[in-house]
Amino acid sequence: MGPVNRKTLFKDSRSDLFTYLGVILAFIVITMLKNRGALNRSQSGLLVPICCYIVMAVSLNLTVGILGDLSLGHAGFMSVGAFTGIITSMSLIDIIPSAPIRLTIAIFVGAFFASIVGFLVGIPVLRLKGDYLAIVTLAFGEILKELITCLIVGFDSKGLHIIFNVSGSKTANDLNLLEGGRVIIKGAQGATGTKTIANFTAGFILVMITLVIVLNLIRSRHGRAIMAIRDNRIAAESVGIPLTKFKMIAFVTSTALAGAAGALFGLNYSNLAAAKFDFNTSILVLVFVVLGGLGNIWGSILATVVLYILPEALRGFASYRMLIYAIVLILVMLTTNNPVLKSLFSRWSFRGNKQESEGGSNG
Amino acid sequence: MAKKETVLVPMPSVNMIPERDSDKSPVLECINLGISFGGLKAVENFNIALGRTEISGLIGPNGAGKTSVFNLLTKVYEPTEGTILLEGKDTKSLSTAQVNQAGIARTFQNIRLFQNLSVEDNVKIAMNAQMKYSLLSSILRLPSYWKEERVAHERAMELLSIFNMQDLGDAKAGSLPYGAQRRLEIVRAMATNPSILLLDEPAAGMNPSETTELMENIQRIRDTFHIAILLIEHDMNLVMNICEGIAVMNFGRIIAKGTPSQIQANPVVIEAYLGKKKEAGA
Repeated sequence: MGPVNRKTLFKDSRSDLFTYLGVILAFIVITMLKNRGALNRSQSGLLVPICCYIVMAVSLNLTVGILGDLSLGHAGFMSVGAFTGIITSMSLIDIIPSAPIRLTIAIFVGAFFASIVGFLVGIPVLRLKGDYLAIVTLAFGEILKELITCLIVGFDSKGLHIIFNVSGSKTANDLNLLEGGRVIIKGAQGATGTKTIANFTAGFILVMITLVIVLNLIRSRHGRAIMAIRDNRIAAESVGIPLTKFKMIAFVTSTALAGAAGALFGLNYSNLAAAKFDFNTSILVLVFVVLGGLGNIWGSILATVVLYILPEALRGFASYRMLIYAIVLILVMLTTNNPVLKSLFSRWSFRGNKQESEGGSNG
Repeated sequence: MAKKETVLVPMPSVNMIPERDSDKSPVLECINLGISFGGLKAVENFNIALGRTEISGLIGPNGAGKTSVFNLLTKVYEPTEGTILLEGKDTKSLSTAQVNQAGIARTFQNIRLFQNLSVEDNVKIAMNAQMKYSLLSSILRLPSYWKEERVAHERAMELLSIFNMQDLGDAKAGSLPYGAQRRLEIVRAMATNPSILLLDEPAAGMNPSETTELMENIQRIRDTFHIAILLIEHDMNLVMNICEGIAVMNFGRIIAKGTPSQIQANPVVIEAYLGKKKEAGA
């Protein structure tokens, strides 16, 4: 009796283990390729953004796939993380010369601010359902982007100087920085002259941390409550699950991870404008999530890698690039929704489970 | 003036077993409960009192307002009139989730399971309030996570074994046959540790042998967990056999209350179900 119980308790953890192992293996292989010089400059330049987008897709999957609420403003939270991360890193540059430590702090600060914004946005947004929620998150995503476009931030020996440039008439000169001060964010131009301290290893670690957080959350009482709300909110309430609390947990966790991804993303480029985090980026991440499968974390990772590399790999086709990209997306949708293939897959996985349980009872 | 009329008519219990009903105070009381949607009074002047370990039935023709009563008791609807006293306390300020915490669990007429989750997870979700580990222990899998998850797993299996479903723990709830889904809803409701269980047509869609088994199980749940059970049911065989008190509703009002034999003989009830007899025919 005892060992059987333990087995069922650990079963989910075992499937998570394969996800972790897959990501670790991919990291080792790519690092080896990189060290041997098998990757050219543009290829290795994709590594950090891919990690960021994996974190974005996995975290958005928490909102869309696990909580079941369509959010179209995820890039907005990424931008909050990106710019708070950049400001943190650039302000601490003299105090903490070590890049990895500064990067870690920047990521934490990015996640922290994004989660606060997520919480504030969540208060009104999570009262809504379905299409309305999608529309309002879209609006908030755009609002966040526009607000950041108004920011002019500089740093000198007296600390941070922030101008909120609503009228559009102010420039970086209005910061009145002391000698030796740096302008970090120049309004619509975005962050310029950022010291790029992001690297692939940091990206890998962030992906792993994200996976641990999201997968462990799903297998816990909190995650089950969140999925219960997705499956049937009336039944969830009837068994004593407070909707607002658990929706907020899912949403804030999701936005915090988006902020962390944003901080890493921001510190990967020396120039970055807020316009980068527009509606298209939100949709791009949503496409990764939907094509990878709602609620399927492993699928999100795979879809992100394939769909992010694809447009780059198609550069040779020049003007037909986006056409082919669209065709591939349509093909993926057709094949994943094909009933014949679906039943085939489910039969395979059913057999797999059966063999597994038989093996378990023998052992 | 209307308030003066509030005469509490307790539902009679047939089998007042002294040791079982040592506590005579009702676990649940509804006083002049009512709700109107616009001009339509779906429920009005609804007065009942449930004994602590009583199995009671709420019957009536379709559209009589029976499920509305359940929705009022669980605060899915906010009552427009009257009071609900749970263990003597007004539930006015409580939400649906809080009412459940306070001790009312229910099943649904149209099954509402967490379809995409496993049977075991469905039961564990209902134990959420009894599990105390924090979000941090969720994410870091601290010892409290493992400890409570193990207890939850064992308790879920124990509850599932009431209906002999302990081997179905890993199955997807949505893939279960209809009868098993109904039983799982009852198990899930029981997992919240209620003092009152509301069953909305538990025998709907079951064959006679399944219904017989269900009757035994409902009584077994009452005897094991010492809870009150209020059920809505159209299967008169089930209602008359296991309910100790019955309330009959029609057009949003209680038209009769009594023991099964009293109800069966009540002309008002017969009229509500079958229509008025012609004088000549009698």
